[in-house]
Amino acid sequence: MEHLELFFKSIFIDNMVFATFLGMCSYLAVSKKVSTAVGLGAAVIFVMAITVPLNWLLDTYLLKDGALAWLGPEYASYDLSFLSFIMFIATIATMVQLVEIVVEKFSPALYDSLGIFLPLIAVNCAILGGSLFMQSREIQSVGLAFNYGVSSGIGFFLAILAIAAIREKIRYSNVPPALRGLGITFIITGLMAIGFMSFGGMLTGGDEEEKPAQVETVQVSVEQQTEIANNTKAVE
Amino acid sequence: MGLLSKKDAKLITDPLADNNPITIQVLGICSALAITAELEASIVMSIAVLFVLSVGNVVISLLRNIIPSKIRIIVQLIVVATLVIIVDLVLKAFAYELSKTLSVFVGLIITNCIIMGRFEAFALANAPGKAFLDGIGNSLGYAVILIIVGFFRELLGSGTLLGIQVLGDPIEKTGVYAFGYENNGFMLLAPMALVTVGIIIWVQRSRNTALVEDH
Repeated sequence: MEHLELFFKSIFIDNMVFATFLGMCSYLAVSKKVSTAVGLGAAVIFVMAITVPLNWLLDTYLLKDGALAWLGPEYASYDLSFLSFIMFIATIATMVQLVEIVVEKFSPALYDSLGIFLPLIAVNCAILGGSLFMQSREIQSVGLAFNYGVSSGIGFFLAILAIAAIREKIRYSNVPPALRGLGITFIITGLMAIGFMSFGGMLTGGDEEEKPAQVETVQVSVEQQTEIANNTKAVE
Repeated sequence: MGLLSKKDAKLITDPLADNNPITIQVLGICSALAITAELEASIVMSIAVLFVLSVGNVVISLLRNIIPSKIRIIVQLIVVATLVIIVDLVLKAFAYELSKTLSVFVGLIITNCIIMGRFEAFALANAPGKAFLDGIGNSLGYAVILIIVGFFRELLGSGTLLGIQVLGDPIEKTGVYAFGYENNGFMLLAPMALVTVGIIIWVQRSRNTALVEDH
């Protein structure tokens, strides 16, 4: 159940692209054609499925406060979490290099079509973001971390597939010249993000307030609370 | 710009408008969208990027003849990651609340495409002095968009600027609220950031038609 919940939550509610804006650069740059979008999406799923559990292990057994306790009691007081950025990005860069070699060997066609973007996965915010969110959301086990990596990757895949399909079609529409290309893509993404917000009530049944994108909600919730407080006062 | 030659000055002024990293080069979108619900966060993020990009550009430019091209991405990532750790620790020490608001997005400066993009496109091929100016110029171009988006989102979304209520008090119904104005809480949510940037792009390209893409 826990797994299923995390799975759907990361795909729909905390969608990488629509809720946290991660991986926007490649999302915008590679979404002109469906076929390349599929290639990039698949590469992202694959890389995330490897790097998130790997970084979870690193975080739990090396970096966290007291994580070194398994070496002996005298190491229990070490907190290396300030090194997590460097460790995570090094893992990711290495894994991306590996994926690049594997893809080049087994699927030259895919390698050609991905072109410059494969090395750029290393600097795809979605990948590092996945690891950092994994750390800040305190995911409990390596299995859940794997699940989180895969499902976040699928979320990205869905998003880039959808926008690529829309962009292929929009070529036949009469968009104002100044909005063509980038501008309209931004606005469509905004509309899609509004659509994805409706998934928010999916897991809670709409009773509780969902809590994705902490950054955004902080102020809203404070305001809402004051508003609610006012309303209840008025009612009383 | 008496200090700088015309060419050097161009390095700074170009990215502000005609070659803006966000609206034209399409780099560094993630953070531009995610943290712009408040003006203060936008400004701090801009300063962080300014520091990381200008110093990083100089470091990479100094190392450009030593780095083997095969492992350059890893070297670049390590340089950025080191600088970002400095920024993160400084923020945690001096502005803890703000570093909570920015959460993982400070760490994500590492993968901010502007930084890698400028390293690849400029610092690897140019002398440190020029690379420094290029870093300043591009991060200012980034800052301009961030501050515009942050300004409108905070003003329309919560009626404040830098946390100060400029439109009056929504609870006491003073200022514009007296006329029935309401804050548009929707501006604080994620999708409106995208639409705001879309509109900025629209305005910019309407003014400068040379930038218009053909689909």
